[in-house]
Amino acid sequence: MLSRVADSLYWMSRYLERAEHTTRLLDVNLNLMLDESSTSAERRWHRALQALGHPKGVEFTGDPYALMRSLTFNTENKAAIVSCIISARENSRHVREQISTEQWHRLNSLYLQVTRPEMQSDMHAEALQEMAQPTEFLQSVMEAVHQFQGVTDSTMSHGEGWQFIQVGRYIERASATAMLLEAYHEDLWGYPERMSEGNEYLEWMGLLRSATAFEAYCKVYTADLTPDRIFEFLLLDEEFPHSLRFSIDSMQNALEAIHRESGKNRAEPLRRLSGRLQALLSYSGVDDILKDDVVAYLRNIQTQCRAIHEMIYELYVDYPIQAALAG
Amino acid sequence: MQPTQSIQFEHPALKNYLLDHAYDEMFAGPGELHKHTQLLLEHFTSLPPDELQRRKQAADLSFLNQGITFTVYGREEGTEKIFPYDLLPRIITAAEWAIVEQGLSQRITALNLFLRDIYNEGRILKDGIVPREVVYSCKQYRRQMIGLQVPRNVYIAVCGTDLIRMENGEFVVLEDNLRVPSGVSYMLTNRRVMKRIFPQLFRSYNVRPIEQYTQLLLGTLRSLAPEGRPEPNIVLLSPGVFNSAYFEHAYLARQMGIELVEGRDLVTHDNIVYMRTTNGLRRVDVIYRRVDDDFIDPLAFRGDSILGVAGLFNAYRAGNVTLANAFGTGVADDKALYAYVPDIIRYYLTEEPVLKNVETYLLTRPKERQHVLQNLDKLVVKAVGESGGYGMLIGPQSTAEQREEFARKIESDPRNYIAQPTISFSRAPCLIDNALEPRHVDLRPYVLYGDKVTVVPGGLTRVALKRGSLVVNSSQGGGSKDTWVLSQ
Repeated sequence: MLSRVADSLYWMSRYLERAEHTTRLLDVNLNLMLDESSTSAERRWHRALQALGHPKGVEFTGDPYALMRSLTFNTENKAAIVSCIISARENSRHVREQISTEQWHRLNSLYLQVTRPEMQSDMHAEALQEMAQPTEFLQSVMEAVHQFQGVTDSTMSHGEGWQFIQVGRYIERASATAMLLEAYHEDLWGYPERMSEGNEYLEWMGLLRSATAFEAYCKVYTADLTPDRIFEFLLLDEEFPHSLRFSIDSMQNALEAIHRESGKNRAEPLRRLSGRLQALLSYSGVDDILKDDVVAYLRNIQTQCRAIHEMIYELYVDYPIQAALAG
Repeated sequence: MQPTQSIQFEHPALKNYLLDHAYDEMFAGPGELHKHTQLLLEHFTSLPPDELQRRKQAADLSFLNQGITFTVYGREEGTEKIFPYDLLPRIITAAEWAIVEQGLSQRITALNLFLRDIYNEGRILKDGIVPREVVYSCKQYRRQMIGLQVPRNVYIAVCGTDLIRMENGEFVVLEDNLRVPSGVSYMLTNRRVMKRIFPQLFRSYNVRPIEQYTQLLLGTLRSLAPEGRPEPNIVLLSPGVFNSAYFEHAYLARQMGIELVEGRDLVTHDNIVYMRTTNGLRRVDVIYRRVDDDFIDPLAFRGDSILGVAGLFNAYRAGNVTLANAFGTGVADDKALYAYVPDIIRYYLTEEPVLKNVETYLLTRPKERQHVLQNLDKLVVKAVGESGGYGMLIGPQSTAEQREEFARKIESDPRNYIAQPTISFSRAPCLIDNALEPRHVDLRPYVLYGDKVTVVPGGLTRVALKRGSLVVNSSQGGGSKDTWVLSQ
């Protein structure tokens, strides 16, 4: 597979995952906002921005609808949902001949839908009325991304290209989940006394919903929400697709498949790096983690994800020619 | 162009259908159909207007959703456009096609011999059939190609020649496209959409299939692999996603199952071309390049090109990689050289050309230049190196100012222009606002030349959708329609 193609597939996948995550975070927080006093709402929006890694040029100025518009349609903002979809579609256009027709149709339709000029004015009108949530829009984006993933899994050969799509999706998801937990940590585990009375349940539910984890959590622990269990579930659950452990396992599987295909000795440093991160999550207990500096632990995971990203580049995409000729 | 004779039809769908002296692809005369178009007319006039609209929308949507678009340069908004598509197919009978096929095979054979000759012995120049200065002053002439052996002596592996139909119904050659002819993906997708939108109509005609084109192209490319490379690695080199024909590049690569590469994917080392893969470097043997000569190797040609591959030309010289089409083929589609093609055919093949040329004035000849300058309002003037309908003057539709500007340009650089009479080329029925109206059309069939010459039965029919317009280029608001070659 061409290095450029691998690069584009990886980023197409990352951008879509990012779009979906941002969409869900907005949806969850807009929803919770209806239930609450404005002071805690403000803290929640700051926390949402933190969970998104403080996207450049986006500030919370007190108007949730302005923030929402900035995070959905403002294409000057690289983190906006529409920007992510445009970038994903642009990446897929570069590899148009490598993905299936069905994938292209699904992604191209989503792109055409969200970039329609009417879309923005409709939304603007809705926001002005201050009654409707842009739920329909957000739902349709999430559905479209899910459909894209389904179509990807069922129409594209599960070869190297597909594996790069997996790597992109799960490395993005792992970083996002680590950031999400970090953002919530301060309020939910750091200073629980700062929570206003009776709101914990809502906040915990919000966190789980931000990772589509509410129903899955309930199946394991029932609707009895406790912070330690939530933390354990989102961090270490082996079977839930948005948990950090699941994401890292999936990324590691995809990387192994790519190594097998290319059969390179040069892959050793990357295998060590990703294997170490996988082991970290596979052999930890939640009690030990909570005893130590949780924020440092989560940041360490993010740092390792970045290092893996760089190593993938060095190995498969942007390698020096002389090294390749020698190998 | 003023109609010399207007005939109006009574049928409401034909209320705007005026015949003039141009050949009409549907009517042989007032109220008199060409026999093979009867079914087509019956079918279209039997459909209610909203049904026609529905199918038209279905077709447009299909193009948009599939991303079958081209890029319009120099416009801010909506740079991706669908190529407007007309629902009525253009039908060519088996007998008409036999002549086209024969003529195109003859032409590509002669032009290949010509290219081989001028880059080697130069017999045709010594014998004075084609003046040396016409060849040597051509911007597309590549002295780097002198004495170089290309595989199987094939310079032009893919060719798209533009044909138009004269008032008497005869097909003539308007121009040859021997460098990187485009549009074949529209031919293929038009057919696919047509089959879906009008299955019954399609079935009732015996249309020759064209879907084999990509396989034939792959076979042609494979046959040109360098010696000793039995399992050649074939790639399609594209300038990238911002090129107006990117959709086509991706389409062809996917249909052939070959890699679509850009310049930055390729590296050369010891005169071997490699592509950069996740698994290291992989050797490349045949490049179907859709990048112009000038941009293909910044070391050999334009140093400012970022689309090309440094060192590619040396690898090519060393015979380690094949390019289709070869470097320097553009000299044979130079618009000034075009005037000599009939003589070229006679010289190499000792045959009369099957397809005629459009009468062409060479402005380097003082007498012809004089004539042209005096008759600018009646002629079409074209810059020899331009394509896509740019750099043209259409005399009858021009202003005095434009004519003056062109007169100045011609006088300062006569080699750079040719002139031709304004030809009222044929018109075919198109669906315009629920009624049929005639519009001017040309035809670009595709010819492949590897082991043998293959002319794919069909081609891209381009339509000047603006009433009265003679410009069919997509960049100038043209559209296209499916082209049906009947098997009997």
